[in-house]
Amino acid sequence: METLELVKQQGVKKATTNINGSKAVLEAFIAEGVETIFGYPGGAIMPIYDALYDYHDKLKHILVRHEQGAIHAAQGFARASGKTGVVFATSGPGATNLVTGLADAMIDSTPLVCITGQVYAHLLGTDAFQETDVINITTPVTKWNYQVTDATEIPTVLAKAFYIANSGRPGPVLIDITKNAQLQPFDYEGYTKCEHIRSYRPNPIVRKEFVEAAAQLINEAEKPFVIFGQGVILGKAEKEFKQFIEKAGIPAAWTIMGMSAIPTDHPLGVGMLGMHGNYGPNVLTNECDVLIAIGMRFDDRVTGRLDKYAKQAKVIHLDIDPSEIDKNVKATVGVWGDCKETLPMLTSLIEQKVYPQWLKKFNDYKQLEEETCIVPEMNPVCDELSMAEVINLLNELTEGNAVVVTDVGQHQMVTCRYAKYNSSKSNITSGGLGTMGFALPAAIGAKFGAPDKTVVAVIGDGGFQMTIQELGTIMQSEVNVKILILNNQFLGMVRQWQQLFHDKRYSFVDIASPDYVQVAKGYNIPGYKLEKREELKHSLQNMLEHNGAYLLEVMVGKEDNVFPMVPQGCSVSEIRLK
Amino acid sequence: MSKREFTVTVYTENQVGLLNRIAIIFSRRKINVESLNTSPTEVESVHRFTIVINETEEVVSKLCRQIEKQVEVLKAYYNTEDEIVWQELALYKVSTDAIAEKVKVERLLREYGARAVAIRKDYTVFETTGHREETDNLIKALEPYGLIEFVRSARVAIIKGSSDFHERLKEFEYKEPGEEVVENEFLDKKEEVFSM
Repeated sequence: METLELVKQQGVKKATTNINGSKAVLEAFIAEGVETIFGYPGGAIMPIYDALYDYHDKLKHILVRHEQGAIHAAQGFARASGKTGVVFATSGPGATNLVTGLADAMIDSTPLVCITGQVYAHLLGTDAFQETDVINITTPVTKWNYQVTDATEIPTVLAKAFYIANSGRPGPVLIDITKNAQLQPFDYEGYTKCEHIRSYRPNPIVRKEFVEAAAQLINEAEKPFVIFGQGVILGKAEKEFKQFIEKAGIPAAWTIMGMSAIPTDHPLGVGMLGMHGNYGPNVLTNECDVLIAIGMRFDDRVTGRLDKYAKQAKVIHLDIDPSEIDKNVKATVGVWGDCKETLPMLTSLIEQKVYPQWLKKFNDYKQLEEETCIVPEMNPVCDELSMAEVINLLNELTEGNAVVVTDVGQHQMVTCRYAKYNSSKSNITSGGLGTMGFALPAAIGAKFGAPDKTVVAVIGDGGFQMTIQELGTIMQSEVNVKILILNNQFLGMVRQWQQLFHDKRYSFVDIASPDYVQVAKGYNIPGYKLEKREELKHSLQNMLEHNGAYLLEVMVGKEDNVFPMVPQGCSVSEIRLK
Repeated sequence: MSKREFTVTVYTENQVGLLNRIAIIFSRRKINVESLNTSPTEVESVHRFTIVINETEEVVSKLCRQIEKQVEVLKAYYNTEDEIVWQELALYKVSTDAIAEKVKVERLLREYGARAVAIRKDYTVFETTGHREETDNLIKALEPYGLIEFVRSARVAIIKGSSDFHERLKEFEYKEPGEEVVENEFLDKKEEVFSM
């Protein structure tokens, strides 16, 4: 890298260097500890890519095959590492291709900083080549966005971007930089991290009296129930959370996003909530007397029918985002604050307790679910393989130590129901937005975010075809991800709904697949396709032991359904086991 | 809970794009904005939005929290009509001849507290400030005499129970402000959260 020439400006005491806007962007990345960028070049971001040429020893750039791949990869990186994911894309189509990922990151609170190139400032609003109004397009799907037209703004704007993206409730930030600003030389005074914005309060002052009120409710409870979401992971409060439930002795169930915050085999962990969650946690939500919601937002897929949701319970809601408290479920006591701070306060005020009778209820329901649902799914009597037995074997082989990235649909629900996790940030999935095509690029990013872990992308035959082009990224950047396709030759979840709620009128869910093993081979990725049970374990083992990326396609039952299920419009206690 | 009129007051930084960011919070839920005023405040660099909508209090309180969540929004409050003092400004253009010929018009204007802001040979522009019904009534009264053009401004409103925002703003500047500034919207609502 060329050394920056120090220029002492006359009359200015501060030492400055004369650099252009593009370099200032990369200097900001280095100051913020960025190591990996996911991106795709193009006309309006060329000056930044030109500067990147000189920074290749400090910043790793992963060339994706589509901008959507870049942003999902950055999401996977962020979710696996807890750090901010960084994306480069050009103006116009490059920027619009980011929109799905931004919406996904917004609803799942994933910290991202996306840099888009933009046409020259003097061309803004003239329908210039590859001009699109990216700021206005992305406003609803970003935590913050800003257009830079003058290079001198870049250091402060990027400092704000990184601060906003990964503080408070995290989210995606998009910075649109016009080409002239990227090229413009200016006197760079160095980079100062942002620590305060007067109109932005990421860390509220916790009000003790409400923690006390919450503690009192917990201490008086006979059937308390904890439900937790990704807030525990985002707040890096896994330890605090564990201490809290262990002292309180309260059974705890996770949302799909909160999964892996505690090990899945924790004695107080009673399973997953929601539409395809476990039986006990759903039914007993409507039986508990105090419902303690931590870092979760009562998504409709978790609550089912709202007017029949936990009406008997007093609700305690801990969240860092005040707009979540009372949004869907009215809280008896709301505790606004970072759970890393509020949980220890709460733990210190509660009594050490156990609820053997109450916990037994969860176990009884678990037994029932095992008998009617889980055991038959894991040990099918037919020749067709079930998704559940594949995931079960995968657990056995990874021993719960892998990062599992899922796409969206039946395989996602089955994986989240059955996957075992020992450590936090191991379950990466598109929860809120339900973005098909998420898994493959997210797995690429996850591998960069957690390089020491085995990363397995579990994907359906529908979702895989949505971002299949990222096999090129895996090939070129030699990303060691294991791709496990569960192929039921249908858009399975939609088919399931059509079967159950639309009289089996299978409308456009019959999806054909290419020969995935051949496709992978074309990308120099070895693969194998299997249909027989006796091949399963050995093939999974081969996949996991292979040094490098590997694709394993498993043919599974065509018309298998995911159960239990809370049908839409029903209460959580009306969950069906079959 | 039934829908009623609420006046939402938002203090923001002066930033390009913020109008859109706030507007889409309403349009996302298909809520029509009845009136919108945005202008600089007495404090340099701080802008104030006054937004009138018809909604239930439950929805308005959620909207306010979603507005306040925006990075560049300092505070958002909502008030019912009895909690504010509000005015709208209206301009009326009528034919000068009609005024000169029909003395009745002049009396009418005086009755409604209207003031002439421009008098030309062919037309005269009057101005009133007041509530919606008052300006509506004057339109009705003027119509028989030929109202050439009419325009009404958005609502501006003062919150009766407000305290000095300038002082509060100073507190915002500090990295660790007192509890008074970072009040807990949710928790304080039992008292008087949105009344400043």
